[in-house]
Amino acid sequence: MNRPDYQSVGKSVRKKDSLQLLLGKPVFTEDIAPDALVVKLLRSPHANAIVEDIDTSKAKKIAGVVDIYTWEDVPGERFSNAGQTYPETSPYDRLIIDRHVRYVGDVVAIVAAENEKAAEAALSRIKVTYDVLDPVLDFRAAKDNPTLVHPEDNWHMLCDLGGDNKRNLVGTTADADGDVEAVLADCDIVLERTYHTKAFNQAMMETFRTYAEMDRYGRLHVISSTQIVFHVRRILSHALGIPKSRIRVEKPRIGGGFGAKQTAVCEVYPAFVTMKTGRPAMCVFTRKEAQTCGSPRHEMEIKVRLGANDDGRIRALDVTTLSNSGAYGEHGWATVGLTGHKSIPLYTGSLEAFKFTADVVYTNMQPSGAYRGFGATQGQFAVETAVNELAEMLRRDPVGLREQNMLREGMTMPAYFNEVANACALDRCLDHCRDMFDWEAKYPVRDMGNGKVRAAGVGMSMQGSGIAGIDSGSVTVRLNDDGTYMLVIGAADMGTGCDTILAQMVAEHMECSVDDVSVFGADTDASPYDSGSYASSTTYVTGMAVEKACALLKERFCAIAAEILGCPAEELAFEDGRVVRESTGETVSLPAIAEKSQCNSCQLAEATAMHSSPVSPPPFMVGMAEIELDRETGTVEVLNFDAVVDCGIPINPALARIQVEGGIVQGIGHTLMEDVTRTPKGAIRESSLFTYRLPTRLDVGDVRVEFEHSYEPTGPFGAKSIGEIVINTPAPAIAHAIYRATGVWHRELPILPEHILLAKPEED
Amino acid sequence: MRPQSLEEAWELNQKKRNRVVAGMMWLKMGTHSFNTAIDLCDLGLDAIEETEDEFRIGAMATLRQMEKHPGLDVYSCGAVKAALRDIVGVQFRNGATLGGSLWRRMGFSDVVAIFLAMDSSVELFKGGVVPLEEFVRMPYDNDILVRLIVKKRPGAFAYQAVRKQRTDLPTLNCAAAKVGDEYRLVVGSRPTRAMLLRDERGILAGGITEESAAAFAEYAAGAVPVSGNMWGSAEYRRALVPVLARRTLLALGEVR
Amino acid sequence: MEITIKLNGKAVSDDISADMLLIDFVRAHGCLSVKRGCETSACGLCTVLLDGEPVLSCSTLVARADGHSVQTLEGLQDEASEFVGFIADQGAEQCGFCNPGFVMNTIALLRENPDPTDEEILSYLSGNLCRCSGYVGQLRGIRNFLTSRNEEGGSRE
Repeated sequence: MNRPDYQSVGKSVRKKDSLQLLLGKPVFTEDIAPDALVVKLLRSPHANAIVEDIDTSKAKKIAGVVDIYTWEDVPGERFSNAGQTYPETSPYDRLIIDRHVRYVGDVVAIVAAENEKAAEAALSRIKVTYDVLDPVLDFRAAKDNPTLVHPEDNWHMLCDLGGDNKRNLVGTTADADGDVEAVLADCDIVLERTYHTKAFNQAMMETFRTYAEMDRYGRLHVISSTQIVFHVRRILSHALGIPKSRIRVEKPRIGGGFGAKQTAVCEVYPAFVTMKTGRPAMCVFTRKEAQTCGSPRHEMEIKVRLGANDDGRIRALDVTTLSNSGAYGEHGWATVGLTGHKSIPLYTGSLEAFKFTADVVYTNMQPSGAYRGFGATQGQFAVETAVNELAEMLRRDPVGLREQNMLREGMTMPAYFNEVANACALDRCLDHCRDMFDWEAKYPVRDMGNGKVRAAGVGMSMQGSGIAGIDSGSVTVRLNDDGTYMLVIGAADMGTGCDTILAQMVAEHMECSVDDVSVFGADTDASPYDSGSYASSTTYVTGMAVEKACALLKERFCAIAAEILGCPAEELAFEDGRVVRESTGETVSLPAIAEKSQCNSCQLAEATAMHSSPVSPPPFMVGMAEIELDRETGTVEVLNFDAVVDCGIPINPALARIQVEGGIVQGIGHTLMEDVTRTPKGAIRESSLFTYRLPTRLDVGDVRVEFEHSYEPTGPFGAKSIGEIVINTPAPAIAHAIYRATGVWHRELPILPEHILLAKPEED
Repeated sequence: MRPQSLEEAWELNQKKRNRVVAGMMWLKMGTHSFNTAIDLCDLGLDAIEETEDEFRIGAMATLRQMEKHPGLDVYSCGAVKAALRDIVGVQFRNGATLGGSLWRRMGFSDVVAIFLAMDSSVELFKGGVVPLEEFVRMPYDNDILVRLIVKKRPGAFAYQAVRKQRTDLPTLNCAAAKVGDEYRLVVGSRPTRAMLLRDERGILAGGITEESAAAFAEYAAGAVPVSGNMWGSAEYRRALVPVLARRTLLALGEVR
Repeated sequence: MEITIKLNGKAVSDDISADMLLIDFVRAHGCLSVKRGCETSACGLCTVLLDGEPVLSCSTLVARADGHSVQTLEGLQDEASEFVGFIADQGAEQCGFCNPGFVMNTIALLRENPDPTDEEILSYLSGNLCRCSGYVGQLRGIRNFLTSRNEEGGSRE
């Protein structure tokens, strides 16, 4: 593969905001927001109840309490909090405050007060009488349950995706190719397994928070920690019943999101208070609220039927997913699709038929949403574990088994909307990871004495790069008068470094230094439209918008330079950071172009371009885990986790590597220690970071990451995505290693020491 | 309130809605309400004194002070450090105090577990010097814990815990000791208050061997009641008691 | 109650309520680097130095700091600048929300133990949670800083 020598792309430049962040400058929502009313939410202690009566009179008398709002005060039009592009796939099932509260934590009242103490005091003085109803707390029994989570008549969806509130259905999906039953009937082995994953929390360090005020034009100005400024504007417009022209949404630096902030979890509350009072208002979620009233991963149960021959050929896969959306339907339908579409295609090499069906149901539990991996994480835990189970059953090396069956470059993927794997180094990733990890030495179970054994496991993964035919990103590239550039984006850097990565692309196209490109975003008043940063879209989709905008800008430069030189623009070309007239050797510098564009000019020295892709090229990854398992206590120590990733061409290798390392550690967390359990009444027990245990730096072992390059023809500089895929391989790889060490397959996450120690060996 | 004498602190503490605050590390987690917080930080109780025959550790000494104390480290054969180092993080241990850890007598306390294995007593302002073993069984009252006194009897110590994540509360913890000629085994995080077992049956009389450690562990498994909570079920703890007891005893056997 | 704290070298006096937490006090006095990440003393984001020792400002009453010295990252910019570039080179700052607590505790570590082993680094910083970076990049950054500093020190001799 012959690629040009890049100056900025492919370099590990520092993030543009790195020193601001590392030196603790005030760059986050709470740091920059002026004094504001404190907004606190009274939340339901019941999983399913009707507010019979609510008395706020005593609470309103507390000094400092400005006002308290209940279901009687809010508009009656339903909306969705999901940050999604048209056509939105999430049901319109929310009100700002509903009389019918649907999970422990659902909002009953909004308190606006001059200070925190008054707000807290008011919460304890509001008197609510509930008509407590039976809750739906078993997602396996939710569909067609006589208890309806959303019995209301004004529930609706914008498109027909099988959702039906009278059946507790958020949506359904199905896809198939070939006759799966016939192939299964012809297979030597049919494995049928059921896997279960829980509602893991993103647990970003900065909880949800939003500031709202009326701006100098009397418009609603919202500063929020969000991945999706344009979607938030739409959601607020629907929720508050005001036109989008009256709303401005911007994001400062974001303290992590991982998808949680792809849902407008807290924006409507302070915005509503500001609309009511005309005063600045701020809502900061407590950690308990973020843990119990946020937007975590969908709990799922996934049934896999895998058909294979004795020679290891995987011939059929049938995946059936049940997804628990909780009390509201955000991202429910969109998420579940990935459980099949991002797991089955990994075995395109040998599959003769596949089937994928899924239901997404309502329950009276915390609503779920988007979390890095978005369904692929759950689906791949199931399918990759089933493949590992097959390998162990056949006494085959699971790496060799994958080589026999895996997707390879150039193949058409029937289970991935018939997209072609134009750039696919999955086979090289597997090979590379096997060598780097020393698989042959680590795969055999080794007894270390004192009850401890070492073992290894493997998993493969794919994701997408943006949502094909939907996600749209645009950028504006503008020449400043001194020849430097401004890049204006609507995508959201949430720590990932996309501001810097997109600036690197501008620098490469415009043949300047990355330092000469400053970045602004995201602000609905100033940024060109972007669907936002999610679905692994920013580098791939918005990056192509950069490419288009830069090409356009070069044309503009030539047109402006043509005026200066008095020649046709066709004679000019942009070279080495200036415009050159080849025939005469004349050159026009950028400052000269900028100057001309600002004086007696009809041509702007800026360009805006938009991009959307009809395909969503998958990145690929192989992960291998080595663990030490204590057979006498059930504890597992991850000694090392090695991964090799194909994200096309990494634009910034250091940032790509950190994405992988961070994703792997989150994956280790939900595999081994992060748990979600509920009281019989449906309240989440792990409601703090004291009980919801995130991995510390002592828990992760040695994480080693390397890359295999492929070149994606539809991506900027050959790039694909990396943000999400990185979280997927730890669960199947570690579950595999645990099987190797114990002889027991754990098909539910997390796998806690207690489950390991008390598990009985299977009889089959 | 920062009283200037123990007498004053004690007086304040007799009021029902007043409370002594120690490190306050987990104050916000409960739904406590009290009128006055009594802070003992001005009473000079933050020192660790070491004499020929004892350690005198003030109630306001932090866990970090104890972890870093060379004398305690040598005397405890590293077991104090081992018991403290996985408690949340350095910053937490700089705030959390001995008094706070002992007073609440929480079952999961690594601090209670390790000192229970030693010849330790607490000095209460009114109640005088009370063996730690007795103190952990006493009901909460309005007295004030002044310091912990650890007799430097010749001995050896070992500490082990099982956690589901490295800095989590222990699912079960064990401290083993040989103090003089006496073997002791403490089992904590049962999850109720830690229990001290002595070798009343003379199982370890012939010294610690694989066999005697296993036998004592079996005895412990029968003698230590366990129950379940968020950190582990009763069944899991039941399985862990003999394992951790045996391992901690064997580790004790390795000391010296 | 009236208190005086030496905040980043300057005496700051204020009339505070007895239950005010140090984190709220320092943020109210312009030290916005100090972040709140949990309410259960579990995350380390709010780390400040109290008389030079790293503590959780979310679990410390302002009253207890009366008459004592408190330092936040605002007051330790030079000391932090010596090594944070090495973290930036790894991209391991990521979202940055945990950075101030992490940087403060790293300063405390390096003051106490100027040449720590990897194990000592991991252990000392275990109370600083980070959800983005996966930690290993932060370790590489600190390691690179120490190597570079030690090489510089060596070449001067």
